[in-house]
Amino acid sequence: MTQVLPQIFMAKKFHLTLNVNGEQKEVLIDPRRSLLDVLRNDLELRGAHRGCDSGDCGACTVILNGKAITSCMTLAADCDGDSVITVEGITPADGLHPVQKALVAEGGIQCGFCTTGIVMAAIALLESNPHPTEEDVRDGLAGNLCRCTGYKKIVDAVLAVNA
Amino acid sequence: MSAVIGQRIPKLDAPDKVTGRTVYGHDVKLPGMLHGRILYSQYAHARVLKVDVSRALKLPGVKAILTAADNPPTKFGYGKDNTPIKGDVVRSFRDEVAAVAAVDADTAAEALDLIEIEYEPLTPLFDVRQAMKDSAPLIHPERKSNLFQKYKYSHGDIEAGERESDVVVEADFELPYVAHAAMETSVVIASFDHRDHLTLYSTTQIPFLLQRDLAEALGIEGNDIRIIQTAIGGAFGRGLDIYPYEPIAALLARKAGKPVRISFSRHEEFLAAPMRQPAYIHARAGAKRDGKITFRDAYALLDVGAYISWGSVTPLVMMETTASLYRVPHVKFEADCVYTNNLITGAVRGYGNPQSTFYTETLMERLAQALNLDPVDFRLRNANIPNEETPQGLIITSCGLKECIEAVAARADAGSGKLDVGGNVSSHGSKSNLQSPISNLKRGIGFASTLNVGGGARIYKSDGCGATVKVDDFGHVSLITGSTEIGQGSETILAQIVAEVLGVKVEDINVLNSDTDVKPWDVGVHASRTTFIAGNAAHIAAMDARRQLFETASELLKAEPESLVARDGKIFVTDSDRSTDLAKVARSRHYRQGGKVILGEGWYDPPTKMVDKDTYKGNISATYGFGTQMAEVEVDTETGKVRVLRLVCANDVGRAINPMAVEGQIEGGAQMGLGYALTEELIVKEGRVMNPDFLDYRLFTSADMPQIESIIIETDDPQGPFGAKGVGEMGGTPTAAAIANAIHDATGVWLTQLPMTPERVLRALEEQRK
Repeated sequence: MTQVLPQIFMAKKFHLTLNVNGEQKEVLIDPRRSLLDVLRNDLELRGAHRGCDSGDCGACTVILNGKAITSCMTLAADCDGDSVITVEGITPADGLHPVQKALVAEGGIQCGFCTTGIVMAAIALLESNPHPTEEDVRDGLAGNLCRCTGYKKIVDAVLAVNA
Repeated sequence: MSAVIGQRIPKLDAPDKVTGRTVYGHDVKLPGMLHGRILYSQYAHARVLKVDVSRALKLPGVKAILTAADNPPTKFGYGKDNTPIKGDVVRSFRDEVAAVAAVDADTAAEALDLIEIEYEPLTPLFDVRQAMKDSAPLIHPERKSNLFQKYKYSHGDIEAGERESDVVVEADFELPYVAHAAMETSVVIASFDHRDHLTLYSTTQIPFLLQRDLAEALGIEGNDIRIIQTAIGGAFGRGLDIYPYEPIAALLARKAGKPVRISFSRHEEFLAAPMRQPAYIHARAGAKRDGKITFRDAYALLDVGAYISWGSVTPLVMMETTASLYRVPHVKFEADCVYTNNLITGAVRGYGNPQSTFYTETLMERLAQALNLDPVDFRLRNANIPNEETPQGLIITSCGLKECIEAVAARADAGSGKLDVGGNVSSHGSKSNLQSPISNLKRGIGFASTLNVGGGARIYKSDGCGATVKVDDFGHVSLITGSTEIGQGSETILAQIVAEVLGVKVEDINVLNSDTDVKPWDVGVHASRTTFIAGNAAHIAAMDARRQLFETASELLKAEPESLVARDGKIFVTDSDRSTDLAKVARSRHYRQGGKVILGEGWYDPPTKMVDKDTYKGNISATYGFGTQMAEVEVDTETGKVRVLRLVCANDVGRAINPMAVEGQIEGGAQMGLGYALTEELIVKEGRVMNPDFLDYRLFTSADMPQIESIIIETDDPQGPFGAKGVGEMGGTPTAAAIANAIHDATGVWLTQLPMTPERVLRALEEQRK
């Protein structure tokens, strides 16, 4: 991460360079914008969802420099030069990512609003811990709220990915 | 065995949802679209003396400002007491006092800050008991009383029931505000075309009723409104009425001449959505030494808020549980729905049933204790049975309550497997077998059952749903249904029903269900009705389409229509390999003089009636669902913290068209039930919401959830599509009672206030020590 100076807030626009899903992007943004705002509005990537805008629900989870983060709580200008991966970036041109496949097959999706955040959190979790226990998965996804499923099928899906 | 019915088929909409392709309301962007924001009242009760929008209007980027002067003359909402913008008087902190449409959300927010309103405070009423007093100021003076509606139900003779009783138990209960907390907040986009027709993109659950209600509220015709339901990120009862933000968006769009979107912030959602209403309940029940219940008597005082929505009708469901869960000869139920200067209250999954099941089933446990009977045996002795009309007039057909109780009890005997169980298990997992070696951790188990409508609920004159099934030139099938997918999986269930009838694959069916200009009429998604009602409608439409297919196939195959069967995407002559495919049949009808499309039509309205307006009796649903849960808890007597170790849930669903989807409803319902029991409470102090975010309004997370064990009981309902009945709400209705009963089993204290927080548990333990 680059050091952000308060004066960027004085600027009308901030020139942001961001590697998004492997592609170098340059956008002029309002310096007050969150990463979620920039992804959804400036870059037209609507896969990350705004559930609370306060970092409590996890629906906006993306992977920033290899770590799952809540993009609503991340200042976009703070990500200059960084690399971000969204659900659009992990979805293969043909078919689904193994985590996506497992969530579909196990029934871990109902309304789907939390789903993309869960996909990203699960991918980050499996990256650092390829063979998690159930407790690891439950702890790893504790920052992603779901109101529909009761989490059981989500947890089962993540456990099934590398089983 | 069917390849379709009873199969664990993944949701048809899952691939789009898991890849982020699904378009929710928050994703809809129309050309020139403006952002609408609402200004809420700064007082719970006040006269509005002056509204000055002049400074806001001067802000560059502001395109329209709405004040009460823009209100159409008609009031709206279930109680016809609401207006888009409040005029002379504000009655709660969620009252809309102005609204702005601007080029972006920041400008709209800035404009709100520039609107100046002068108020003259009035005496607010926050306590429903105060609001009931004759001396209380009137919240809607034209109504002469703060009591909006009184419900009085009885059957049998309550005094006789009491005389027959060997034991009588009673308690006071206090229940909190609860939020739907759908992951997607409410959102609406209003757009007028050049003919002044309104298109509303909406997260509503009642598109056709909203069409009518909104037309009335705006003073236009219903056919001037088209409602397109975007993919809905959870609803849970939130969208069952017209709410002010919907006409506000439309009025802003008209005034600005541009499409306007209003999307709630999470904070706003916790303030302005129609919550589950808080309740004070006094309830009593009696039983005889032989283990038969004698009577039940309950009074509920409900705070329905400053304007009336569906919160005022929940007593209908409360009385159903009170009167008809188990066989109870003498019942009295009364409720008062009272205006206060608090939040609007509405429907939240379960709709009155989580509340009534909490008092009903904890009193059942108290009766079992008082009689020194095993709580499982006591419930079995009183369980509802198939093919019986209850004194309330519910006609129970299929009924697996006994099977549910037994299935859950069998798992209780097995224990959690995590515990060091010693000694002999004589009764159903009695607490002595479960104890932890750590002395301040007390373990216990508790049971609770539930009864819920499972075949629709006739709360309007119609409980109907329409469907059409079209077969195209390529043999693909479109189901156009009146019902709505809100995440629950109705699309997939309905596709399974049609696929079974037409002998095609589920993935070959395209379900269209989101546009009032396209789909046939339906009452809405509520009351766990979709599988049963929309399922029957889809079944009828599919049968009609099949009849048309067979008519033409019989010509092509030179066989009688009665000898044909649809399977594997083809139509076969029974017991032969002579076949033709759906595409060919469709084309044969399209490419001929005097041809026809294949278009099956279905309409289903169940054989039920609205309850009698005086006695509240009558068979409101075509069938009823049943369920039982067992909770195993560990109570830390030093901290008051309750940990649920296991939740075993059995549900009579008639037949599981898709067991994976049924489990999803049970497990998801359990998450809400666990929250109601232990963590979820919208704290409203003097009319203000104190915890309008997920940090302070605690939903169960993946790490908090206990093991959920779902057991599906199939009773093959005679009227359900392939024997199915509804399950959508039952997953969470008995949970709080099961947990309260388990806490009692563990510690000997009764919790009567929800949620059962550590503070409340500790207080109860302290009382016990006194």
